[in-house]
Amino acid sequence: MSLSLISATVTLVADQDKFAEQAMEYSDALYGAALRMTRNPAEAEDLVQETYLKAYRGFGTFQEGTNLKAWLYRILTNTFINSYRAKQRRPDESALDDIEDLYLYRRIGALEGGTIGKSAEEEVLESFTDSDIKEAIESLPEQFRIAVLLSDVEGFSYKEISDIVGVPLGTVMSRLHRGRKALQKALVDVGMRRGLGLGE
Amino acid sequence: MMEKSQETDSAGGECNMTIARLYTFLDGEMTQDRKEQIRRHLDECSPCLEAFEFESELRSMIASKTRDRCPDALRNKIAAILKYGKVV
Repeated sequence: MSLSLISATVTLVADQDKFAEQAMEYSDALYGAALRMTRNPAEAEDLVQETYLKAYRGFGTFQEGTNLKAWLYRILTNTFINSYRAKQRRPDESALDDIEDLYLYRRIGALEGGTIGKSAEEEVLESFTDSDIKEAIESLPEQFRIAVLLSDVEGFSYKEISDIVGVPLGTVMSRLHRGRKALQKALVDVGMRRGLGLGE
Repeated sequence: MMEKSQETDSAGGECNMTIARLYTFLDGEMTQDRKEQIRRHLDECSPCLEAFEFESELRSMIASKTRDRCPDALRNKIAAILKYGKVV
């Protein structure tokens, strides 16, 4: 083996080690996103495993300096959309348009004639458990669920979400807008079921 | 003309416009000028400010209550995949 070839190989191994180390750091986040997408722990594990396999094989096409997190999420999202998506009936998305802005806030604020005060609002927010929030997100129609997940949970920008999901910016914004309204409605529903005082 | 009439609208109109831009603001996807405009309104309008604070609070609550931990068995499989390209 020539010296330059050895040195190229050493560099590649070093790059691959660095890649592996960095990619590993996203395992918790990717598993969480996979759980929200599949709503099933066994499928979530399969989805994450497949994502890392594809990432390993695609490492050669990954450009140093590009956003590794967004790249991994793109693989995860595409794999989910192409293989794991349940053959669900098309959700009734038109129902989402009837929800007013700030739905949850208005429902909480409407209690006691809008004078419940800031600490009481925070108390209502705090009383939601982890599983309440997860359940509410998982109840959203898939397209909205993915948009809300990537933005509100993972903190990706509109542009990054557009690249990850492969839809135009305007579509991202509209899905986020409707998805967040639907999430607030879902939170109110969950809260009412749990008797958090969001009733009529 | 449309722009002008919007800007000189009543206080209610300004509140509606501010609330309509709430998420773009919280998402950090707004131009500097627009951000300043919103901040000026929030400085003098406590109902809008409260709505912004609530939504911002809700956002951090959603992010903090949806954290999951990757199971150890899966973590080991991922480590193998990243090293050998397969589950061993």
